[in-house]
Parts: sequence; C-alpha cells; structure tokens
Amino acid sequence: MPSWPTAGADLDPLADRQVALVDLLDRLLNGGAVLTGDIVLSVADVDLVHISLRAVIRSITPDSPAPW
Amino acid sequence: MTAPDQVSYVYAIGRAAEVAAAGALPAGVGGAEVLPVTGGTLGALVSRVPADRFGEAGLRERLDDLAGLEAMARAHHEVVAAAYRAGVALPLRLATVYADDDRVAAVLRDREAELLGLLDRLTGHAEYGVKVYAGGPQEDVVPGAADSAAAPASSPGRAYLLRRRAERDGRRSAQRAAGALADRVAEAASALATDRVVHRPQQGALATGPGENIANLAFLVPDDRAGSFVTAVQDAGVARPGTRVEVTGPWAPYSFATALPADAPQHGGGAADGGAGVADGAGPDGAVGRPGGERVR
Repeated sequence: MPSWPTAGADLDPLADRQVALVDLLDRLLNGGAVLTGDIVLSVADVDLVHISLRAVIRSITPDSPAPW
Repeated sequence: MTAPDQVSYVYAIGRAAEVAAAGALPAGVGGAEVLPVTGGTLGALVSRVPADRFGEAGLRERLDDLAGLEAMARAHHEVVAAAYRAGVALPLRLATVYADDDRVAAVLRDREAELLGLLDRLTGHAEYGVKVYAGGPQEDVVPGAADSAAAPASSPGRAYLLRRRAERDGRRSAQRAAGALADRVAEAASALATDRVVHRPQQGALATGPGENIANLAFLVPDDRAGSFVTAVQDAGVARPGTRVEVTGPWAPYSFATALPADAPQHGGGAADGGAGVADGAGPDGAVGRPGGERVR
C-alpha cells in the first residue's frame, strides 16, 4: 500500500534537501568521525548535547514522556 | 589564520587535493564561510567561528534547545553533503571544534594513517538508511473498531475491553509482520552493502512518522551498486498492511566514519551475517577516540 499517508516533500525517501531531523541526529550525534586530543574539542564534545536533550533525541518511552 | 577570538569548526576531512577542489560550499554553522585547511596529505573543511559562541559555554547554550541544535545540525549537514558530493568522504561528528586552524592541521598530520584508512574504506561509497515500521494510523485502529462493532457486547465496558484487546492484537500482529519484513529487507540490503550499522529505533517526540519504528539500519553501499541497492530494498520491502519501509539517502557515510579500519571486521562480507538486528544490537566496534558511551548507534 502507499506508505506515505502524510505525503510531503520532506518524506520523499531519496531526497536529501530537507532530511528528517531525527535521521540527521542519528548520524550527527552517533556517527561521524570523532577526533579527540584538543582541549577545546574535549569540552565541546557532543556529550554536551546528551546532557540537555537526551530525553528528546534518545528513546522517549511512555514512562518518561517529552517535557513539552 | 584563525584570529584570537575565533575557534575552528571542522565539518569533513578528505585528501588534500579533493578538499582544495571542493569549490564553493554552502555557508556553515552560524552562517560562517567554509574554507580548506591542509595538513600533510589531508585537508579539512573548516569555519572560523566566534569563540564566545562556539566555545564550551557558547556551544552548551546553542545546543541547549532543539531549535539551536537543529540549526547547527542542518548547517553542518549541508556542508558535509556538498563536500561529500565533491569527493571529501569523511564526515565529522557534530560540534568538532579546535582552538585554531594550526591545531586542525596538526591533527590531520598526527592522525594521517588512521584517517587515510578511513578514507580508503569510505571513498566511492554512500550510506543509505533503511527503516521498517509496524502499524500506522489506519491499521492500528480500524480493525479493532470493526470487530467490536460486529460482535454484540453486553455492556459499554465490555465493548471497550473487546475493542482494546482487538487493537492490542492488531498491534502485535503488525509488529510480527514488520519484524519478518525487517529480516527480509536487511537480507536483501546486506547482499549489496559492504557494511551495516544498527541504529536505535526511533522513538519519541522527533519520530514523527506513523507507526512504530521496528528497525533502523544504515548500510554502506558502493556507488556502482546504489541503484540496485535501492531497488532491492524497495522490492523486498513491498509493504504488507500494517508495515512500512522507508529508505533515506544517499548520505555521506556518517554511520561508518567511526570505525577503525585496522581491526574492524567489516571487510570480507561481514555485513551479510546475522539477522536484521531488529531493535537492538551493536555496530562494528572500535570508535576513533570515542570517549565511551553506548555502542548501539
């Protein structure tokens, strides 16, 4: 069956002009080469993101719903 | 070079010649210009950005809300995607910031062998995402409602319980179907891919698609097989009622840029082993300088 019930430009499966944020964050926060060894980098690691936004980016289970 | 009140934000790394030839790139984070920095045989694409906005405190503030994170992620991705199309094959993780361009060049030289290994592995490949979903707005509710309407119920409470049970059974059936579908899709995809990474199924506020994400996989696909890969996945993933397959890409190979090439088991058809890795499992281990954390990506 057609699988894009709310079809829109951003759901075109092979378009990368406006990718879904969740797909992007899968890759930008968990993938990508990680270079360490610089003082600035070591404090600017995306672990910072995990502190604030883990609840949104990561698994939000029914037990811990999003705060908004 | 970098001014004292600036730091260097790095998007992607490639061989020096390809970085130099990348040409005009979209504006980077904070609207900053993107320029090449060379170190040895390698080059990086770098923006000089204000230290107060991209140092520790600035980044913490910038990434503290979803809008700020999204703006930075999209800017990073736009540069990486354009660079990747120009042959700069190694994307860096979000928020890779160095004190200045000299430090970037020094890291390129210090890590040259390792980075060249990654580039050898990734050049000429693209990443494709494959997600399998169970359920959706239609399948979830309609069967249950129909069943309970057909069966006369002795009381409103009993009708409610029957309806709930039918909905639950429908969801479980859709999950089973999606799990089987995920196995078929993963098998077809692995046959054409050189590596695979299992991402965590998408849940929560950002997972906006209908249905439940059962499998969230990434595949590393040689460019000359990209067309047949997409076709094979779509053929294997012809959705049954209650299931859905979504393909994304081509992406720069973010999900495969973390593995050390030296000890990684991906070469030699390692991608074809096992099942779909539905819902859990580990990607290839051996992150580049990864400071810890979970390995399920």
